[in-house]
Amino acid sequence: MGGVAVGDRIYRGVTTLAGLAIVALLLYIAVEVFTGGWPVFRKFGLGFLTSSAWDPVHDVYGAAPAIFGTLVSSAIALVIATPLAVGTAVFLSELAPRWLGQPIAFLVDLLAAIPSVVYGLWGIFVLEPMMRDSIAPFLQNTLHLGGLPIFDGVSYGPGMLAAGIILAIMILPYISAVTREVLMAVPRSQREAAFALGATRWEMIRDAVIPGAKSGIVGGIVLGLGRALGETMAVTMVIGNAPTISASLFASGYTMASIIANEFAEAAGLHISALLAIGATLLAVTLVVNVLARWLVARVGVRYT
Amino acid sequence: MSGEIQAEDFSFWYGETQALKNISVTLPAGQITALIGPSGCGKSTFLRSINRLQDVVPRTRHEGAIRLDGADIHAPGMDVVSLRRRVGMVFQRWNPFPKSVYANVAYGPRVNGIRNAARLDEIVETSLKRAALWDEVKDRLRESATGLSGGQQQRLCIARALANDPEVLLLDEPASALDPLSTQKIEELLFELRGSLTVVIVTHNLQQAARASDHTAFFFLGELIETAPTQTLFTAPSDDRTEAYITGRFG
Repeated sequence: MGGVAVGDRIYRGVTTLAGLAIVALLLYIAVEVFTGGWPVFRKFGLGFLTSSAWDPVHDVYGAAPAIFGTLVSSAIALVIATPLAVGTAVFLSELAPRWLGQPIAFLVDLLAAIPSVVYGLWGIFVLEPMMRDSIAPFLQNTLHLGGLPIFDGVSYGPGMLAAGIILAIMILPYISAVTREVLMAVPRSQREAAFALGATRWEMIRDAVIPGAKSGIVGGIVLGLGRALGETMAVTMVIGNAPTISASLFASGYTMASIIANEFAEAAGLHISALLAIGATLLAVTLVVNVLARWLVARVGVRYT
Repeated sequence: MSGEIQAEDFSFWYGETQALKNISVTLPAGQITALIGPSGCGKSTFLRSINRLQDVVPRTRHEGAIRLDGADIHAPGMDVVSLRRRVGMVFQRWNPFPKSVYANVAYGPRVNGIRNAARLDEIVETSLKRAALWDEVKDRLRESATGLSGGQQQRLCIARALANDPEVLLLDEPASALDPLSTQKIEELLFELRGSLTVVIVTHNLQQAARASDHTAFFFLGELIETAPTQTLFTAPSDDRTEAYITGRFG
């Protein structure tokens, strides 16, 4: 009897400690990053977030280009990856025969196992020439979209669009895997209800499966967005690394993660503080996105009886 | 009167397992036929073959024929979507879509091409009335269907099936998860529907079969043992196995 109680207490103590340690670690990192960035926040105030001047030589720092780059490259990634990933998931869970579906699902999952730096290399040696020689000319000359500000100007290869495409490929397996799971979790009774009322397979998927999986799909997209916001290596290798804000997606840019990765080695003094302040901002942006996402997932959720 | 179902030597396999063996039976138009038998006897498989819902189960096959008003439902020219419009189905566990009451009932007509709002309103009202649910939900048509009680949800599913104005209504143990009062309502409503369409109901509840059907078919181990007017089958079964089942000696 006493032995059980003691064991219980030890167990409770150890698990509580483990839980609290995670919280403490998170707080510790956040506090360190924020205090490290404090000199820059104090010196530039809110201007740090809105100014687009990033000039380590004169110790002037504004994070706007990096914030812009992070949000825009992630947005491009979502716009490209979401339909592909959801389409893949629908195909794999609803349409593909088992012998075809399982190997494809495995290959899609494998995309998540490729190291970031390998994506970056592929980006430099394959995607960038393709951007320059095929994608940009196709958008501008074949589709005649050159008049749009986002497809304006010359593509040299690296840039915002290249980063967005790389990110799209990298987050696709996450969105697809989550979507596949939630699609398969939609009760069979819902599918049968639609079929029994004379729905075609496509109508059944559209009306019974996807609405039921909506909150999970949004969850998957958010997971992908989280990955895209923080992704560093591959983006740094293809985005062009210029602290500018340009409407054109062919122009070079910077992201919060890539500016840190690129400059921490030679930073000193206020420059270090500026990079930490960017880190703190990235942390805050990620937090806001996650909170928004949870709210969104809860809002679009459906309940079966 | 249309909606007569005829099975001719109909057999059905899941992979290597034969679930139905040479079923031949006529389910008369406009009447209620109950399918009874112990679990796994094939009655649900037979029911789900009538609207070809078993088609979506992988690795299944059939032999023989099922005819709806003389037309082979597996014939190449038979459109499965229009077959399912003519043959409605209600499941054991009520399964409304997580949409409004209105959207649930209007779903069938909508996928079958009816877009006119006034026409849809009319169909929704008529169907809910036929399913004896109109008075309970007429003020909450835009509310979520999943907020209704279990019995109401099941009647909503019946209304949803009726909205396609089918000739046949298949029910797979529609009341097995309901309380006695809700069960009674469903039985009453089936009786109301009698004459306007053919009803085929799978049930484990022998009293229900005895109360609520015109004909009863007894399935056992994938075979159709006996089919007869309900009163005859329950009072003077011709097969020993039927008698054993209805007197509760197995099942």
